[in-house]
Amino acid sequence: MRIRLKIERNPTPSKLMTTSVLVLSLGATLLITAIILLTQGVDPLYAYAGIFIGAFGSWHGLSETLTKAIPLLLCGLGLTVAFRANFWNIGAEGQLLLGAFAATGVALFLPVQGLYLIPLMIMAGFFAGAAWGVITAIFRGKFGANEVVTTLMMNYIAIELGKFLVTGPWRGPTQHGFPYTDVFPASAQLPIIDGTRIHYPTLILGLVVAVLLYIMMKKTRLGYEIRVIGDNPHAAKYAGMGYTRTVLFIMIISGGLAGVAGVGEVAGVNHLLRPPVQISQGYGFAAIIVAWIAMRNPLAAIASSIFMGGLLVGGDIFQTSLGLPFQTVNIFNGLILFFVIMGLVLRHYKISLVRRSG
Amino acid sequence: MFIDSFKSFPFKALQRLRGKWVLGIILIVVAVVILCAMWPNLATYALDSAIRWGTPLLLATMGEIYAERSGVLNLGIEGMMLGGALAGFAATLWTGNLLVAVVLSAIVGGLMSLIHAFLSISMRANQIVSGLALTIFGAGLTGVLGMRFVGVPLPEGLTPISIPMLNAIPVIGPLFNNNALVYLSLALALLLWFVLFKTRTGISIRAVGENPAAADALGVNIYKTRYLCVFLGGVLAGIGGAFLPLGILFSWRENITAGLGWVAIALTIFAMWSPSRAIFASYLFGAIYGLAYRLQPYVASNILNMLPYFLTIIILILGTMETTRKRMGAPSALGVPYDRGEK
Repeated sequence: MRIRLKIERNPTPSKLMTTSVLVLSLGATLLITAIILLTQGVDPLYAYAGIFIGAFGSWHGLSETLTKAIPLLLCGLGLTVAFRANFWNIGAEGQLLLGAFAATGVALFLPVQGLYLIPLMIMAGFFAGAAWGVITAIFRGKFGANEVVTTLMMNYIAIELGKFLVTGPWRGPTQHGFPYTDVFPASAQLPIIDGTRIHYPTLILGLVVAVLLYIMMKKTRLGYEIRVIGDNPHAAKYAGMGYTRTVLFIMIISGGLAGVAGVGEVAGVNHLLRPPVQISQGYGFAAIIVAWIAMRNPLAAIASSIFMGGLLVGGDIFQTSLGLPFQTVNIFNGLILFFVIMGLVLRHYKISLVRRSG
Repeated sequence: MFIDSFKSFPFKALQRLRGKWVLGIILIVVAVVILCAMWPNLATYALDSAIRWGTPLLLATMGEIYAERSGVLNLGIEGMMLGGALAGFAATLWTGNLLVAVVLSAIVGGLMSLIHAFLSISMRANQIVSGLALTIFGAGLTGVLGMRFVGVPLPEGLTPISIPMLNAIPVIGPLFNNNALVYLSLALALLLWFVLFKTRTGISIRAVGENPAAADALGVNIYKTRYLCVFLGGVLAGIGGAFLPLGILFSWRENITAGLGWVAIALTIFAMWSPSRAIFASYLFGAIYGLAYRLQPYVASNILNMLPYFLTIIILILGTMETTRKRMGAPSALGVPYDRGEK
């Protein structure tokens, strides 16, 4: 009698399997990150405890975590849809910034006041982010240009554009030469929960959009097309689903939502436009991780954006108390991506021991 | 409806221009002549920056060409270049031996590529995300490990080796007064071109990238070929990364590659997956990259900083259009994991 490993393929893995794969991925990532921290003379348990307590252990920490979760959720939601169609939008960072620029332009330079100002800023932000993304979708649809490269390059262009705006034409006359615009009028500032920096209208918007996108992906024809294009582009073509059309739609959604995230950052947190690195703590890049930890499920993105927000808040602790650069977070980000995509494959396999005679 | 309107206006005009490369080349030549007349030494300067920035790009691009020819898309070049750059810098600082430094950077780049190879070839995981993760991981790891080197000057770097006689030729003379890695990268480009297009090994590699099932049937080991090509890609990206601190900057800084790895991915397409065209593509990009800084007195620096990124997008689009026109697009199995199936 022999015992051997039997590997079976299971095309429809259970929820439990997916969840346990995710937990294992997180565990493995934390383990390897711990080893790297040890080589740097940092006690990983001390560091992890510090991050957790800093991000979730106090009301102030929790409110900061939620504040950072808002842009992560908005950007991440669009990316869950884009990634589901295998359209690799790496440009949420630039789309977010364009949204911030557009909102700033409306707030400071349009003769609009009062109740209409905020909705107008959000619309402008949505369109600017969407337009920035649609450019790359057109490049993809018309010329077949790889969207990973183009969306990434558009990020850098947006960052330079932001620096140009705040040091050049938009530098505020009242800012004593600092690279900031003037402060927004009160009617251009999003309301916040007292004592925190949580701009709740944007948060509510994110939650509503999460539910809507979940329904869209599960129940509508469009969601079905997106899933088919992601799983089998050839079949989608035979079925007459237009690739360019779907990709344009995806970019309008994901670019637009990232743009709204940018509106939230200038209208809800900063109340003025600063150099890009101070507006976005790499939210657009971190949103890629948010979308993948959520396994490309819009509802799960709510949880993963809060997790990622906590990691960013905790990441500040790295910088200040442990003397490690902010890049440390990227070690974690890279590793979790490795393990999640590995898990996505592995959850399809069932390994069992079988007895065999002979 | 509004989507349909994208089909009409600017693209028709662009498509009509597609075939008119001759016109484009004449325009570029005229522009170069005018620029040379305006600024003396411009040709020398252009050649200098073509080599300076083109060499790390050439090394990384050749590596990516081999990986992609075998059917594996590796978006982790930026991360592997960062790893190679840090390894090369640290080794030079500690051992003072540049040969050791370059070898170590090659090893580090190669080892990092194996993560991607394992995930995309053995695990058949998503290649795009895996490569992206490698870049993010590389940025994080070198950011942390390299922190202690920020602001430390390098006591010695790669020194130019003059080739007598040849270095006296006007205009192209400076080409023969460069460091060993420049010569090595040029020799490698020719060698890799020869291997890819003139040998049995090259045929196998291309077959694996075009039609792995057929290659498998003919007895080519798909997994081994792909692993080796991705590993070679990592080795070359590592050396290319090391060129930055050892040959250009003589110091370390966080994110020292500043997007050059992504440029290499665009150049791979622009070079149509050919090592010999990669020389031309990399040097052209390097020259324009360097020349852009000549415009500094006239253009706001932030606008100027956008230029390499615009250029990368343009190169990517031109390269993609040209490959479509010549009907010799990317390797057919690029990005598709090979599953041998149960026997």
